[in-house]
Amino acid sequence: MNKVINISKKNNIKEFDALIVGGGGSGMRTSLELAKSGLNTAVISKVFPTRSHTVSAQGGITCAIQSADPNDDWRWHMYDTVKGSDYIGDQDAIEYMCSEGPKAVYELEHMGLPFSRFENGRIYQRPFGGQSKDFGKGGQAARTCAAADRTGHALLHTLYQNNVKEGTNFLNEWFAVDLVKNSKNEITGVIAFSIESGEVCYLKAQATVLATGGAGRIYASTTNALINTGDGLGMTLRAGFPAQDMEMWQFHPTGIHGAGSLVTEGCRGEGGYLINADGERFMERYAPNAKDLAGRDVVARSMVMEILEGRGCGPEKDHVYLKLDHLGADVLNSKLPGICELSKTFAHVDPIKEPIPVVPTCHYMMGGTPTNIHGQAFSRNDGNDFMVSGLFSVGEAACVSVHGANRLGGNSLLDLVVFGRAAGKHINEELKSGGGVENASNEDIELAMSRLNKLNESESGYEVADVKKQLQTCMQNYFGVFRRGEFMEKGVKELEEIREKSENLYLKDKSIAFNTNRVEALELQNLLEVAEATAISAMMRDESRGAHARDDFPERDDENWLCHSLYDPVEKKLGKRDVNFVPKEVEAFPPKMRSY
Amino acid sequence: MELSVSLYRYNPEQDKFPYMKNYKVKKPEKDIMVLDLLNMLKEDDATISYRRSCREGVCGSDGMNINGKNGLACITPLSEVLKGNKLELRPLPGLPVIRDLIVDMTQFYEQYEKIKPFLQSDSEPPEQERLQSPQDRDKLDGLYECILCACCSTSCPSFWWNPDKFVGPAALLQAYRFLADTRDTKKQERLEELGDPFSVYRCHGIMNCVNVCPKGLNPNKAIGEIKSMLLTGTKEDKIKVVGLE
Repeated sequence: MNKVINISKKNNIKEFDALIVGGGGSGMRTSLELAKSGLNTAVISKVFPTRSHTVSAQGGITCAIQSADPNDDWRWHMYDTVKGSDYIGDQDAIEYMCSEGPKAVYELEHMGLPFSRFENGRIYQRPFGGQSKDFGKGGQAARTCAAADRTGHALLHTLYQNNVKEGTNFLNEWFAVDLVKNSKNEITGVIAFSIESGEVCYLKAQATVLATGGAGRIYASTTNALINTGDGLGMTLRAGFPAQDMEMWQFHPTGIHGAGSLVTEGCRGEGGYLINADGERFMERYAPNAKDLAGRDVVARSMVMEILEGRGCGPEKDHVYLKLDHLGADVLNSKLPGICELSKTFAHVDPIKEPIPVVPTCHYMMGGTPTNIHGQAFSRNDGNDFMVSGLFSVGEAACVSVHGANRLGGNSLLDLVVFGRAAGKHINEELKSGGGVENASNEDIELAMSRLNKLNESESGYEVADVKKQLQTCMQNYFGVFRRGEFMEKGVKELEEIREKSENLYLKDKSIAFNTNRVEALELQNLLEVAEATAISAMMRDESRGAHARDDFPERDDENWLCHSLYDPVEKKLGKRDVNFVPKEVEAFPPKMRSY
Repeated sequence: MELSVSLYRYNPEQDKFPYMKNYKVKKPEKDIMVLDLLNMLKEDDATISYRRSCREGVCGSDGMNINGKNGLACITPLSEVLKGNKLELRPLPGLPVIRDLIVDMTQFYEQYEKIKPFLQSDSEPPEQERLQSPQDRDKLDGLYECILCACCSTSCPSFWWNPDKFVGPAALLQAYRFLADTRDTKKQERLEELGDPFSVYRCHGIMNCVNVCPKGLNPNKAIGEIKSMLLTGTKEDKIKVVGLE
């Protein structure tokens, strides 16, 4: 592989107007917009696009399309999302997402997405957690548009199909190594290689969009796919750009015990509920109104409390049950067929007859690369935000921020399509009006090659599998559902040792063709960057808010922490950034006590 | 108790020919998936190569030939496939091998693109969604769930013989997914592109596709529907021809 690398040769440079890194929902919604606009657009994806993690999304896409309820209002959706975020979601971005949402969802339907339907032929909507009518005063809403319990699969395939229709260039099974940054701090593309052939290239672009998804694999137990290794965030952090709200990780209440596979919140939306070892529906105690459909952070914490207080199920008393059998075979087979399948495969349980053993499991990264609503990434200098020319981010990799400290179910698919679409529109306008970036020098390109070169030249060092296990165990032990200062300090120390190892990995197999060991080594280094940002941010935020729950600081502290955290990877320090409280059309929702 | 795992190995840079390599592993106490076993083997021998992503049977990355039958490694428990204590893992048959269990799926994807796997409609989309009755939407069940794992097409002798001309069960299932969609208005054009002797008619109904589909789908039935549409035209045509209104 070493021999192939000579970036100064022309044939190792591929040039595009826009380059999208990641072929999941947000990346392919961006590329679709750009391909339609006639710009030379390429998507680089480390897996064939339909293998991306969007495919695993189940329950649906939340949006006030007024199908289940003709009086529904996007402002109610906005209120729920602001409240769900524990008031550190940016209200201008949330307003944009909730008000533009219906257009983005109808477009998906026009593209062919096979939504489930109501008798009147409109799109089926189901209740999800944290949803209300009339700004929390009108009871439970049903706002999540669904294609049975395979909405992510249907959405991802529909987007791929429409990209095929529009002739998007795909570089499938290519791996992006690092960003190329010129002397003006602009991003001019990425260094990447073809996993199949080993060919290394400088993929040059006027706009580089990171749509690389989440990084749930920093934890030992996660609903995330094996490919969710935070590759985009790893790249931005190594390039010295900040990450926002990295302490905010969602633990989904219902991961299958032992396997980690997700069981959709839609199960509870359709009428399922959680029970403890005594058979008690315990959520009635923790959230008297919303019960099992309270915010995910609330439900996950309640489950852990039940387990800690000895009311867990099973011989180890280490999980609770999700009861569905009372819904009957017809509802389960028509509305939740995928869950029945998963449950039989991974829990050896038929939900028509028995409850599913579930436990809170790492699910979603609320934090990410900070962006505005056009997907433009920004960084900080002397306390002032500035745009990073040429760099964009969308989807789970980005922090725009619509999810704040806790994401509501069904809002991630909406985030993908709304902001993928917005970034595409913005890049189109920007490039067509003459925007762009200056060239990078050979030294800039060489610098972006250095990580790959070091790994390829390694003659001794640590094993990837061992270091990955240490990292995942450390994060699981010290940065889980409940956190405490002294444990986190220990975790941060351990991560320092793990970094040392991760920077000195030994790639024994130097072969070129489909060397998955090389890919896994590079992924591990990305995981480490994300884990470290998470750990330091979590240790420094000394309050409890949304998904970030501290034993030693159990209260929300609006005086000091009604703000985003901004992690600086160069100094390894945490700064603060204001939350946006200035939506355009509606009055801002002021912080209130959050109860369900 | 020991398991004997025989693994298809091929690295184009080192091996003139592929070969089967034997691994001995302690039989796990719990019933684990074939993918878990592969991950265990890879921890000791990092050169072993295979694709994987979701590890729950929805992304379609890890289709392979498991003790003689195609399936997804991540949702195939050892208890279902072990013969004695033996397990043989080979790449999906009929496609060129890149390395170990990884096949070149270009031809498979080309057939998928050929059937125009996207909704086509002559009418301008309305401001809201297009309406579709639940009964019409039900017609897409058993079709849209395909994960493009290629287990079916690579178990089909007709696809082995004519991977360039026979569309194959996976892509034909998708062809029918759009033929069956009440929102699609290009039925006639879609059928015309399938009417040659190879595209559909190379299917002889041996049902290997149905036998292996990890999602329990039935491409053979969809192919039957396409064949009858080709013979009798779409329902709308019939009404026109016979003049029943």
